[in-house]
Amino acid sequence: MLDFFEKIGGTIRSKITRLGAATRLFFSIISYSSDSFKRFNLTIREIYFTGVLSLVIIVVSAFFVGMVLGLQGYYTLQKYGSSEAIGVLVALALVRELGPVVTALLFAGRAGTAITAEIGLMKATEQLSAMEMMAVSPVARIVAPRFWAGIITMPLLASIFSMVGVLGGYVVAVPLIGVDEGAFWSQMQANVDFNYDIVNGFIKSVVFGIACTIIALFEGYDAPPTAEGVSRATTRTVVTSSLAVLGLDFVLTSFMLTV
Amino acid sequence: MQKDLIVSIKDLAFGYAERQIHKKINMNFHRGKVVAIMGGSGCGKTTILRLIGGQIKPSSGYVEVDGQIVHKQGRKGIYELRRKMGMLFQHGALFSDLSVFENVAFPIREHTNLSEEIIKDLVLMKLNAVGLRGANQLMPTELSGGMARRVALARAVALDPDIIMYDEPFAGLDPISMGVICDLIRTLNDALGATSIIVTHDVTETFAFADYIYFIADGIVAAEGSPSDLKKSQLPFVKQFVHSQKDGPVPFHYQANDYSQDLRL
Repeated sequence: MLDFFEKIGGTIRSKITRLGAATRLFFSIISYSSDSFKRFNLTIREIYFTGVLSLVIIVVSAFFVGMVLGLQGYYTLQKYGSSEAIGVLVALALVRELGPVVTALLFAGRAGTAITAEIGLMKATEQLSAMEMMAVSPVARIVAPRFWAGIITMPLLASIFSMVGVLGGYVVAVPLIGVDEGAFWSQMQANVDFNYDIVNGFIKSVVFGIACTIIALFEGYDAPPTAEGVSRATTRTVVTSSLAVLGLDFVLTSFMLTV
Repeated sequence: MQKDLIVSIKDLAFGYAERQIHKKINMNFHRGKVVAIMGGSGCGKTTILRLIGGQIKPSSGYVEVDGQIVHKQGRKGIYELRRKMGMLFQHGALFSDLSVFENVAFPIREHTNLSEEIIKDLVLMKLNAVGLRGANQLMPTELSGGMARRVALARAVALDPDIIMYDEPFAGLDPISMGVICDLIRTLNDALGATSIIVTHDVTETFAFADYIYFIADGIVAAEGSPSDLKKSQLPFVKQFVHSQKDGPVPFHYQANDYSQDLRL
């Protein structure tokens, strides 16, 4: 029985310790950020790796998500005779929720894992130690540029996701099903509010960007320097990021709907 | 601190919660010398390099580098000290996303504002010193173990450091590469007027070119002296190590229960 409580206590303590270590890494990144802004080309390189190389998965997923939303939306709306509202439904669902959330989940799987594995392997092969011994901070040179790249990339990817998703919805609703094109776009234009919908979606994607990137960076930086350690860290990146995104989404949505 | 001493370790103790690694280590490293730290696997040889580099802090005692106590320095002070050091890691630790040229240029780019032309000349000179000028455009994955070690050596001396530290420089190398590395350690040390600290357990190579050797066992300096003195040493540990004897003060068997008891005889 005592063992059981000891185990639970140990697990909780280690989680809190890791949370503390992640927070320290976060503040360390902030303190080194001026260095990495001075050499912004490092961040641009990371934007290419995390953002540009994620475009294919984002665009393809968004198109399919948009098409499915169009189909499902039309099926339900036509029961109430308001199938012209399909454009609004697709746009709101994407801009408010699916855009930021699905992008963040895909980002965690595509770019987050790559970041964790890369930093974990750099640690395992002593590249981070070598940098330290050359009087170059790995946080300034390796971690901070990836952090800022993640924050810049996520809202851009989420916007692209929403745009392509709307196009997917359009393809299904207008040419395939035959919803009036004018109604599709005009209702969307009239009912999607810039401040309430688009800005809130943008805020969400920035928050998800911070969460996913810091989780991926911390897992890599904290990974035991072995093959098993890096593989576990990579798995944890996906699991923790996904749960964090879904949890944060609920919290942010509840705040945004009450304000 | 004496004037010709560049690194001095005084009453140093270090350990983790579960294991004390160093109990009381005293060592002195004089300018211009090639000094080896030897001992069995797991005796804390590499840890000494990490303590000199300020990557970890001692539990008592101190390491003094060029008159500065390492663990009392802040981040800036430590980085200042590290700029006087170059380190060759066991497997080279080359940056896998950069070419050979860029790996050697890395510390120069980070710490100086030299023009691209001068950087190019410096890098090619360093690579030429290790015989790999022609490989400057290769990626680290295209290099053999010995070549990677030589590139890492060129990178370690890129800023002409006062102290060059080598962590197991001979591990896993073929005899030719081993000979090349031995030769380079001595030549670079003498050409740069640096001090080399080598952590190794390869007796033959080290005894051939080191000026002074420290043996570590059980957390203390078990023996020290010039290679010729140590070859004649009658200390049981040194004898076992130098003559590669299977059993001795370092037992062949890990501590275990009675053999017959384990076999239920």
